[in-house]
Amino acid sequence: MPLNPEFIGKRYPDTDPYLIGREKIREFATAIGDSSPVFHSLDAARALGYPDLPAPPTFAFSLTMKAMATAMFDPELGLDYARVVHGEQGFEYKRPMTAGDEVVVKSFIADITARGRNEYLTTQADVVTVSGELLVSTRSIIASRGTAA
Amino acid sequence: MNVGEVVGQRTVKIERINLVMYAGASGDFNPIHWNETFAKAVGLPDVIAHGMYTQAQLGRLLMEVVGDPGRIVSFSARFSAPVVVPQDGGAKVELTATVEAVEDDIATLVLRAVCNGADVVKDAVATVRVA
Repeated sequence: MPLNPEFIGKRYPDTDPYLIGREKIREFATAIGDSSPVFHSLDAARALGYPDLPAPPTFAFSLTMKAMATAMFDPELGLDYARVVHGEQGFEYKRPMTAGDEVVVKSFIADITARGRNEYLTTQADVVTVSGELLVSTRSIIASRGTAA
Repeated sequence: MNVGEVVGQRTVKIERINLVMYAGASGDFNPIHWNETFAKAVGLPDVIAHGMYTQAQLGRLLMEVVGDPGRIVSFSARFSAPVVVPQDGGAKVELTATVEAVEDDIATLVLRAVCNGADVVKDAVATVRVA
């Protein structure tokens, strides 16, 4: 079943504030196999001028994905989770998210298009501190396999 | 950094345990990344890696090049083919980062990830501060 095109431009409520934790950053860096000292050692992070551990460059997706899930599981949109594949992901950074930052994600559906048998859902999600500082803008394209009209 | 220079290169072995760890750390528990029965039932050849796991490996390579995440200005990738991760043997992905342009203090790096001879990302690009 095709996705509902009326959802283009739809904004979702800000996510609940998320406090970025030092151990979460270490856990994430370990899971991706990144042993860069700056993601594990406070001394290494401070030597580069960070107040605490900064997050690896793709960490933001763990937060934006949750915001996108709200959109993806909206039954009115008509997306079948079993057909979903991640198509593209882009990040534009203002500064690295750092342990101690408390952030929210602001997201909206930027586009829905069909190409061949697949449909593509583009969402834009910004990670912003609770005091309003933009840290990273992200753009995700999710492919919905075989649902084009 | 000089245009055309390969500034980063690494081969990554991906096994199921890596995907399970990534699922836990990232919160992405889509069963196509850890449940072979489910993956096959939805038409995939086997369990596939999270696109973001592959991009995270490119991020690791970027970190080897720049050393400081604050020097990464932008980073994007298109996941053009799945990285299939069989239970036995896993998958091997070859990563490279090549300088495409340098303008003022910003270098544009083109990133490649190849698995079984096929590009698994396309149009993967990062811009980084060189100074």
